[in-house]
Amino acid sequence: MYEFVTGPLAWISFGIFFIGLIYRLVWYIRGLNWQLDRVAYTQHVSYGVKGALRSIFYWMMPYGTRSWRDNPGFTFLVFILHIGLLATPIFLKGHNILLMERWGFSFWTISESTADVLTVVVIAAIVFLILRRIAKPEVRLITDIHDYLMLLMAVAPFITGILAHYQVGNYRFWLILHMLCGEILLIAIPFTKLSHFVLFFASRAQLGMDYGIKRGGMKGKGLAW
Amino acid sequence: MPEGKLCNKQTVDAKEQLDALLADKGGKQYYEEMNHLDVDKKALRATLKNVVRSRFKTWLEICSHCGLCAESCFYFLANDRDPKQVPSYKIQATLGKLLKRKGDVDNAFMQECMDSAFSKCTCCTRCGVYCPFGIDTGLMFAYMRGILFSQGFSPWEMKIGTGMHRIYRAQMDVTTEDWVETCEWMAEEYEDDWPGLKIPVDVQNADIMYTVNAREPKHYPEDLAEAAILFRVAGENWTVPSEGWEETSLAMFAGDGAACKMQVESVYDAMDRLKPKRMVVTECGHAYRATVIEGPYWAGIKSGQPPVESIHYVEWVAEALRTGKLKIDPSKKIKEPVTYQDSCNYIRNGGLGDVAREIMGYIAEDFREMDPCREHNFCCGGGGGLNGIGRYREQRNVGLKIKRDQILATGAKLVVAPCHNCWDAIRDLEEIYKIGIRWSFLKPLLISMIDVPEHFKPTEEE
Repeated sequence: MYEFVTGPLAWISFGIFFIGLIYRLVWYIRGLNWQLDRVAYTQHVSYGVKGALRSIFYWMMPYGTRSWRDNPGFTFLVFILHIGLLATPIFLKGHNILLMERWGFSFWTISESTADVLTVVVIAAIVFLILRRIAKPEVRLITDIHDYLMLLMAVAPFITGILAHYQVGNYRFWLILHMLCGEILLIAIPFTKLSHFVLFFASRAQLGMDYGIKRGGMKGKGLAW
Repeated sequence: MPEGKLCNKQTVDAKEQLDALLADKGGKQYYEEMNHLDVDKKALRATLKNVVRSRFKTWLEICSHCGLCAESCFYFLANDRDPKQVPSYKIQATLGKLLKRKGDVDNAFMQECMDSAFSKCTCCTRCGVYCPFGIDTGLMFAYMRGILFSQGFSPWEMKIGTGMHRIYRAQMDVTTEDWVETCEWMAEEYEDDWPGLKIPVDVQNADIMYTVNAREPKHYPEDLAEAAILFRVAGENWTVPSEGWEETSLAMFAGDGAACKMQVESVYDAMDRLKPKRMVVTECGHAYRATVIEGPYWAGIKSGQPPVESIHYVEWVAEALRTGKLKIDPSKKIKEPVTYQDSCNYIRNGGLGDVAREIMGYIAEDFREMDPCREHNFCCGGGGGLNGIGRYREQRNVGLKIKRDQILATGAKLVVAPCHNCWDAIRDLEEIYKIGIRWSFLKPLLISMIDVPEHFKPTEEE
């Protein structure tokens, strides 16, 4: 089982993850149409690029937009969640040792205690996001089962990971479950809402171009996100 | 396939059809017929396939249901934070469902969609500015209106409006003769007070081709005279086209793409004919949006730009003040607190926020911003054609509360509203909520405070 999960399944899940995301991106761009969307994407390139970059940049800055500033608590949760979700698996010592062993390369790594903190942060952020979904009527109404499922899928590798790391109970069981959860997450990303992994950038760039080229970008200073 | 006599999937291209619709007061028969209108599911599926592509599909799919759009929507706030007014909910319950069911929906569902698309969204696109993913629900509702229109589910006034554009190339039954006569009449009417006043029709190669909102010749012809006075004082070489003078587009509000194209092409044809250096659009938000921002795309112009550089009236005013073509008498500046209504269509969606401030700097001593303002401003409450739809009057009036409170918070009793829709909505909110405010376009304010050259001064009667 261990061999399968770290071997063929790892290959398959990474393959699906990368190819799936590339496919989603290509599908997105091919679906755009200047006349239907009413955005002259290929004209006024400098305005388009500027609009797209501004639209991505301000939204990737914590508290960089009015919407982020209006919702400070939520913004805090979203940013620490995403930092934890991305940084922990990529820079974890254990992962990089495995990477080196299997595929012959590795990244810079973080200490074990940093990884522990990030893991707890991710779990806590998700707990609070779930509570927020339940507590706010305007969020509760629009929430469906998929929203909880996404949060669950995202947090599962972290919970199983930390249990394995601290060898709570059967180490091998948690380890295999951890890797399975991670692989399920990778496979799910291109097919679910988690495709915002790349489609966030695509959608932000598109609206940024819309504002940059058409909706005032060539007249004013650009939309104050 | 049952189709009503008045409510059907046909477009209104003949005067008899239009007259029949107009004779049906309040759309009583029209809406009754709508209850029996069949959904052409095959056509609907085809329309969905054409309209809902990767952009909208992505928006509907990746929406994390985080609810940040809730407070961005003035309907959510005006309706006591009703969760059913959250933009994400509204679009998922309409376009989202329509797509999931692949167009397999019934009459009741289509009517629900129409009610949402017209009475729960003015397409102000503010939510798109507050969504981390850049999901522009207002924009999706604008396209949703088009899908509904193709199936005959359109409010009565919208159906009439599209017919007007198709038949008269104007949102009202103003013919070429009516228009030209109104221009002549206004010039004569005001000539005593403003010697030499002219409204030049069809002059070629003018610096400015001026275009208007059909409401002006039809209901407020003095607006036309005021425009003429200001152009004259500024020494502009200007003209109006005898045809292609109408900028507005109820067809845009209704989602009748073919009529949108016909309408803007009439203006672009006038540009071709008269070859002006620039076009100036009157003080109207959606007119500018339709003809200058969206129009080129309907007309199939790849650059996305109108054939001739086109500017909104506020841009012309700011330029005239900046270059000294219009000079404000400092003693006549507005002394009382005054605020400015940012129109969604040329501020958020047109980038003219700074231009509006520049003007206020010249004409007001105590200018007070609404909160929020500029591209973050709330819709007046009457956008997207809502002012004109009887069926949704009550919902519109509830929505006006947000603008009322914004204005009250400034302490200003005068609201500058250089947009016909905003102007109407603010007039109506005063009528309903009686908060003791006045509202104005820029033209009458400017005329009351500019330095008038000697040769153009009103002649003394005594």
